[in-house]
Amino acid sequence: MVVKKPEGLVLITPEGLRHDGRRPDELRPIKMEVGIFKNADGSAMVEYGKTRVIAAVYGPREPIQKFPLLPDKATLRVRYHMAPFSTEERKNPAPSRREIELSKVIREALEPIVLTEEYPRTVIDIFLEVIQADGGTRTAAVTAASLALADAGVPMRALVGGVAVGKVDGVLVVDIDETEDMYGEADLPVAAAPDIGLVTLLQLNGVMTREEFSRALDMALTAISKIVEMEKRTLRSGYVEAGGSEL
Amino acid sequence: MTQEKRLAGKLVLPGDVLDSDVQGERPFVVEEGGVKRATVIGLVREGEGGKKSFVRLKGVYVPKPGDVVIGMISGVGVMNWFVDINSPYTAVLNVQDFLGRPYNPAYDDMSVLLRIGDYIKARVVAFDRTRNPLLTVQGKDLGRITSGVVVEIAPSKIPRVIGRKRSMITMLEEKTGCSFFIAVNGRIHVECPSREMEAVAVIAIKYIEQEAHTAGLTERVMRLIEEEKSIREVS
Repeated sequence: MVVKKPEGLVLITPEGLRHDGRRPDELRPIKMEVGIFKNADGSAMVEYGKTRVIAAVYGPREPIQKFPLLPDKATLRVRYHMAPFSTEERKNPAPSRREIELSKVIREALEPIVLTEEYPRTVIDIFLEVIQADGGTRTAAVTAASLALADAGVPMRALVGGVAVGKVDGVLVVDIDETEDMYGEADLPVAAAPDIGLVTLLQLNGVMTREEFSRALDMALTAISKIVEMEKRTLRSGYVEAGGSEL
Repeated sequence: MTQEKRLAGKLVLPGDVLDSDVQGERPFVVEEGGVKRATVIGLVREGEGGKKSFVRLKGVYVPKPGDVVIGMISGVGVMNWFVDINSPYTAVLNVQDFLGRPYNPAYDDMSVLLRIGDYIKARVVAFDRTRNPLLTVQGKDLGRITSGVVVEIAPSKIPRVIGRKRSMITMLEEKTGCSFFIAVNGRIHVECPSREMEAVAVIAIKYIEQEAHTAGLTERVMRLIEEEKSIREVS
């Protein structure tokens, strides 16, 4: 969908800065928190600038209805949902086509990471609620899910992080927001686990040349490394604060 | 308790590479492509003789045959009870395994033997990936719990309640005069001489759960028990 750019909106300034003053390779201010809910086995909140996602993980557990159970591994159930108040115009709270699809995409981004084969005939529920949306909600949701899974003690091969790279006025920019997503030429959300060198989510909306694509992927992976480092600091800080200094 | 606390080992996170000499069991430590990695948040602790082991700080209880667990009756079947053992898998206790003899519906009434909500101490007889765990109460100290309280904590914190060479549990028993039955599924049966002492014991257990990742815990729990005892004026 091509949306006409409003007059006066400059996406890339002559100095090479973005509309919010960031450099092309700069992330938005990121905030992370774990253990925000007492009732869930694991929970987390992740903020990428104005985008805010909360995650709650339950399980592995025995579900009330048995049909989702698999004989050889745990079933991951992911629900990605946007709160009605998360967008500028009220969003119908019923799960939309987009949300159902993103739930699947996020589930597939987590499945290679979680050791589901260790808990056959159980389910692991992951609830992702977008509280405020300003672009990059699926990647923020993957990051939040990864933190919440670690907080719940679900065995996972590594931590995952996500970020979206966009093409705006012909310039590749990392961690795009709503405005850049809407008026930009391309959007490449990526999720990866840098510790084990695995890309678990890769989508592309728009057009990029081969050269641009490989540069965009590199930018995304560099940004994800930073995000996963931040995840580790967040998980660590919970123990270091409660337990004093580290040995 | 204002002095600085330290972690009881090196904190590791999912995906962190562990030294090849670190002991740890699947699924909390996995070896893929010759590299050992932690899969949950845990501590690498150094034991006697420099033996390094991985202790998890999170995660659910998965039954193993031979484990002694404290279960809560959650349902009644035709010839069996369903038992919640604080795990993703509901356990089954057959009525013959409870009675220790064949069940005869002409004179045995299951509804008076065990009721929903009752706690039992039981042993896991069999469990594999395809079937739910099977329990028995035939054995020493097993059976229905009739007195005291059952405290529930995270199953991953149970080793800390026992302590190295039973140091923590011995101290708890000495200081409170209570008896503790620790089940690997995160439930502890506490029997005390008085209600006040019971409260002190429960507070101490909950404190150990909360501070399981810190060093010098036995000392601090000892001080906590003394403080609580003086507040409650019991000795």
